[in-house]
Amino acid sequence: MTLSIIITAIVTILAAATAMSLRNLVHSVLALAVAFAGIAAFYLQLDAQFVGFAEILVYVGAVAILIVFAILLTRSGEAPDQSVLGPGWFYGIIVSALVFTAIGWAILNSSALPTEVPVASDATVKHIGEALMTKYVLPLEIIGLVLTAAMIGAVLIALREVSTAGGSRRESAPSENLSGLTSTATNSSLGGKA
Amino acid sequence: MFNALDQVFVNALHWLVGFLPEALRPLVSSLLAVAFVLMVFPGIFAIVTVIERKGLGRIQNRYGPNRVGIPFTKIRLCGFGQFIPDGIKSLTKEDIVPRAADKVVHFLAPVVMLIPVLLAYSVLPFGRNMTITDYDAGLLFFFAVGGAVEISVFMAGWSSHNKYSLLGAMRAIAQMVSYEIPLILSAVTVVMIVGSLNLNNIVAAQNHYTFGIAHWHVFTPWGLLGFVLFFIAALAESNRTPFDLPEAESEIIAGYFTEYSGFKFALFFLGEYLGMFAISGLGITLFLGGWTAPFSFLIWVPSYVWFISKLLGIIFVFIWIRGTLPRLRMDQLMNFAWKFMLPLALINILIAGIWHFMDHDWLRWPVCSTLIVLAYVTLGRGLMQNQKLGKRIYRFAE
Amino acid sequence: MTTLQICLLASALLFAIGFAGAVTRRHAILVLIGIELMLNAANLNFIAFWRFGPHPEMLTGLMFVIFSMALAGAEAAVGLALVIAIYRHKKTSNLDEVKELKG
Repeated sequence: MTLSIIITAIVTILAAATAMSLRNLVHSVLALAVAFAGIAAFYLQLDAQFVGFAEILVYVGAVAILIVFAILLTRSGEAPDQSVLGPGWFYGIIVSALVFTAIGWAILNSSALPTEVPVASDATVKHIGEALMTKYVLPLEIIGLVLTAAMIGAVLIALREVSTAGGSRRESAPSENLSGLTSTATNSSLGGKA
Repeated sequence: MFNALDQVFVNALHWLVGFLPEALRPLVSSLLAVAFVLMVFPGIFAIVTVIERKGLGRIQNRYGPNRVGIPFTKIRLCGFGQFIPDGIKSLTKEDIVPRAADKVVHFLAPVVMLIPVLLAYSVLPFGRNMTITDYDAGLLFFFAVGGAVEISVFMAGWSSHNKYSLLGAMRAIAQMVSYEIPLILSAVTVVMIVGSLNLNNIVAAQNHYTFGIAHWHVFTPWGLLGFVLFFIAALAESNRTPFDLPEAESEIIAGYFTEYSGFKFALFFLGEYLGMFAISGLGITLFLGGWTAPFSFLIWVPSYVWFISKLLGIIFVFIWIRGTLPRLRMDQLMNFAWKFMLPLALINILIAGIWHFMDHDWLRWPVCSTLIVLAYVTLGRGLMQNQKLGKRIYRFAE
Repeated sequence: MTTLQICLLASALLFAIGFAGAVTRRHAILVLIGIELMLNAANLNFIAFWRFGPHPEMLTGLMFVIFSMALAGAEAAVGLALVIAIYRHKKTSNLDEVKELKG
C-alpha cells in the first residue's frame, strides 16, 4: 500500500509541477488533468471511492474543460513571446519554499499524528447519502444555493454587453460563447499557419 | 443444464485460474476478464461496421458491401468479410502528421480516447456473475471516465492546427457537455428507485416477474420517459446522426480527426464505436433489465445472449436513425438540450419521486402517465409557440 | 515514515507548487490553476486525516471534501468568467497589465 501511494504521489507532484512551469497554457491544462487524476488515485487508495470518482467527474470532466474553453476564448493558446513570470517571482518561490519547509518540518516532527492505522470504515454511497440527507442537509442546501448563484453570476459576467438602446434583447450565453469560439478558432488556426 | 450454459464463461475462468498458485489468482483472473472484453467488443465493432454499411445501403435503396467473404475461398457470406480488408487497409496506410501539429499531443489523443472508453466496460454487467469490477459507485465511475473522453477530443482538435479540427472539437465538447446533463439526470431516476449506484444491484432490482413480464424500468411511465431521454442523449454523446455536427463531412470535413490517418484514425473510429456500445450497454443495464429476460418463460436463454442481443438491437436503432434523420443545426442542438430535455429530465425526477411514494397503489400508473403527458405537451407547445415556421431563407448560397 | 505522513508531505508539496504558480505566473488562468491545486492539496489533507484519524465512521472529512469540490467548481466558473470579461475589456489576460480596478 505504501509503495503504490509513493508512486501516486510522485506522479501527481510531477504533473502539478509541469502544469505550473510550462510556457504553453494548453499543455499546462493537460498536465493539470493528469495531476487531478493522480489526486483521484490518492482518494481511491485511501478508501474514499465516491470522492475519488467525483474528483474525476468534477475536475477532469468539467473544470479542465472549462479552463480549456477559457484559454481559447481569451486567445492564449500559443506560448507568449515575453516572459511568463510576473515581477517579483523570485520572492514568490522563496515564500512557497519556506511554506513547504515549515509544513514538512511540522509533519515530520509532530507527536500529535495518530500512529496506528484504524480499520477502514465502509464509507459506502448509501452511508454518504444518508449523512447528506440527515446530518448535513443544511450545508447541502446552501451549496445548492451557492452553485445556482455562481452559475447565474458567471453567465452574467461572461455575457457581452449589448447596447440596450433599441430593444432590451441580450444575446443568450450559449450562442454568445459559440460565436466567440468560432472567431477564436479561425484566428488561432490562421495565426498558426502564418 | 441451462444454469451450466449460463455460467459457462464464469466456470471456465474459475477452472483455468484453479491451476495457478494462490498468489497469482486475482491478477490472472482479472487479466483474463480484460482479455475477454478486448476480444468480444472489438469483434462486435468489426461486425457492426459491415452491418451499418449494409443497413444504410438498404435504407438508401442500394446494395451495401456484398462481395468480400472468407479470404482465399469462394464463400462470400453476403459481404460480411468486408471488415478484414477494411482493417488491413487502415493498418497499412501511411501515418501523416501535419508539420505544424503539436506532435506529442497529436500522438497521445487517440490513446487518451481509447483508455476511458475501455475502462467504462469494467463496471458493466454482461451476464449473471459477469462483471469485471463490482464497484459500490459503479454508475458514478462510468460517468466519470466518460467525462475524460472530452479531453481527448480537445487534444485531437487543438493539436492538429487545423481550423476544421478545432471547430469540430469545440462543437463536440459543447455538445457532450450539454447532453451529459440530461444523460445523468435521466439515470438519476433509476438510482432513486433502486436506491443504489451499483449496476449489479440495479439489474437485480429488475429481475422480478409479474404475470410473466419482467419488471424492467422501461415498462413504467418514468422509466419510459427516462429511457427515451437517455437514448437521445446517448445518440448525442456518441456523435451519431442527427447529432453528428462534430464530424459533419459536408461542413467541416471530419471534425476533430480531419488530420488523422492510418492507424490513429482507426483508433479513433474504434474508440467512437466502443463508446457507443458502452453507453448502449449502460442504457440496457439501467432501463432494459440488463441481462434479464423480458418474459419469465424465456429465462432459460443464457444471460450474456440477452445482453448481446439487446446491444445489437439498440445499435440497429442507431443505424436506422442515421439512415432516416437529417442533421440538426448547432442552435437547434443546443436549444433542444437546454430548453426541452433538461426541464423534462428534471420533471421526470419529480415523477419518479411520486411513483416511489405511491407505493403499491395502482393509482400511480394513471397519475404518473398523465403528469408525463402533460409535461411533454406543455413543454413542446411552449417551445413551438415562438417558432416562426416559414420558407427557408438561404443566406450564403443564393 | 507512516502512510499518513507521506500523504501529508505530498499534500504540502502540492500546496507549495500551487502557491508558487499562483504567485509567480503572469497569466490569469494559470493563477486560477494554482488556486485549484491548493484547494486539492487541502482536500487531500482532509481525506488523509479522515482515513487515519480516530473516527473514520463519522464521515466528516469526506463531507468536507464533497462540499469543497462543489465550491471549487463554482469558484472556477466565476473566476474564468471574470478572466473572459477582463479579456473583452482590456484585450489581455496578463495580470500585471490589469492593475487598476476602475473602468
